[in-house]
Amino acid sequence: MAEATIEHDAVQHGLPGAYEAPLFGAYSKKVGMWLFLASDSLTFGALLFAFSYNRIYTVPWPTPFHAESIANATIMTACLLSSSLTMVLAVFAAQRGDRPWIRNWLLATMIFGTAFIVLHGMEWSKLISEGLSIPGFMSLLGVAKPAASGELADISKNVPQFPQAFFGLTAMHMLHVTIGVIYLGVVAFRRWFLPALAVIWIAVALLIPSGNVFHYPAHVLGLGLLVAAVILFLKPKDYDAHDVEVCGLYWHFVDLVWMFIFPLVYLMSTKVT
Amino acid sequence: MTKDNEELTMHDTAIHDSKGQYFWVWAALLVLTAIEVALGYKQVFSPVRMLEVLLILSIIKSALIIGYFMHLKFETALMRWLLVLSVVACFTIMYFFFFPDADRIINLGVH
Repeated sequence: MAEATIEHDAVQHGLPGAYEAPLFGAYSKKVGMWLFLASDSLTFGALLFAFSYNRIYTVPWPTPFHAESIANATIMTACLLSSSLTMVLAVFAAQRGDRPWIRNWLLATMIFGTAFIVLHGMEWSKLISEGLSIPGFMSLLGVAKPAASGELADISKNVPQFPQAFFGLTAMHMLHVTIGVIYLGVVAFRRWFLPALAVIWIAVALLIPSGNVFHYPAHVLGLGLLVAAVILFLKPKDYDAHDVEVCGLYWHFVDLVWMFIFPLVYLMSTKVT
Repeated sequence: MTKDNEELTMHDTAIHDSKGQYFWVWAALLVLTAIEVALGYKQVFSPVRMLEVLLILSIIKSALIIGYFMHLKFETALMRWLLVLSVVACFTIMYFFFFPDADRIINLGVH
């Protein structure tokens, strides 16, 4: 009798498997995101181990980051930490079922994330213009020719491990932040986000010259637009409190990774005169 | 709805604690970042010692983020331990892969 009732309820609600005891006491989306983050942490872990190894065996290790770079990176760190706080507040709003404030806090998180990307892009532009480059790679990308002499140009020639490790790690992280901002936009605004993303993509692709480092996020934005459109049109849904919490897990992970990149990459390569 | 799912829903939608503690965690993270930046400016340690100190501070910061912002502190013990132990085990394997050579380089006295 009891089995018949359960079967009836399952059919009625259209929730196959809803009556199985939850593994870990959490819903499957959350467990799935945690497993993804565990695997992604190994990707970043391997990169950070490789960076630390390079740092120890390369003598002398270059110290190209001076007061200005450290101040910039500290502001970027504050942006990410603050974005985590606004993300927590968005989860609180989702638990209350307060839709306007979910959107507001997610938008605040996106603004902090975008500020991080812009500050990072500006720093990349400055470093590249002063001569920091990966030999051969920059010309392949068509990035403006860097300075031929100076501290950073010498580092690129004599210690290529440094620009390789720096650009590799920070590019991987910036890619994650960009994907995170798009993810938050989809959860906050659903289909309304697509036209906004399309406008930003076209603006970045057309207005910024191809020799500028800011031009490259256009490809990520274009791909993000395609993926978001496929998801939103193939499986349109109203994102609930669980979705906000799951995208929050991803966002906090991006913040968490930066907590290792900032000291290891920037502070270990600092010389303040 | 069965008891398990009822508990699941209540567990997942419960507001775990006051908002205030998240502001404290945020402030603590900013303070720890300020300490790291001050250490970077002062350069009182050798590179290897500096690496150790910064890593310890980063691990404290990541524990705060994982525990509070990512709510792992409020998940079931099974989930907490399985996730933490599996990731730590993988990092330990990586560490032992790098450790012998890193140790050899440090003992060469180049720092």
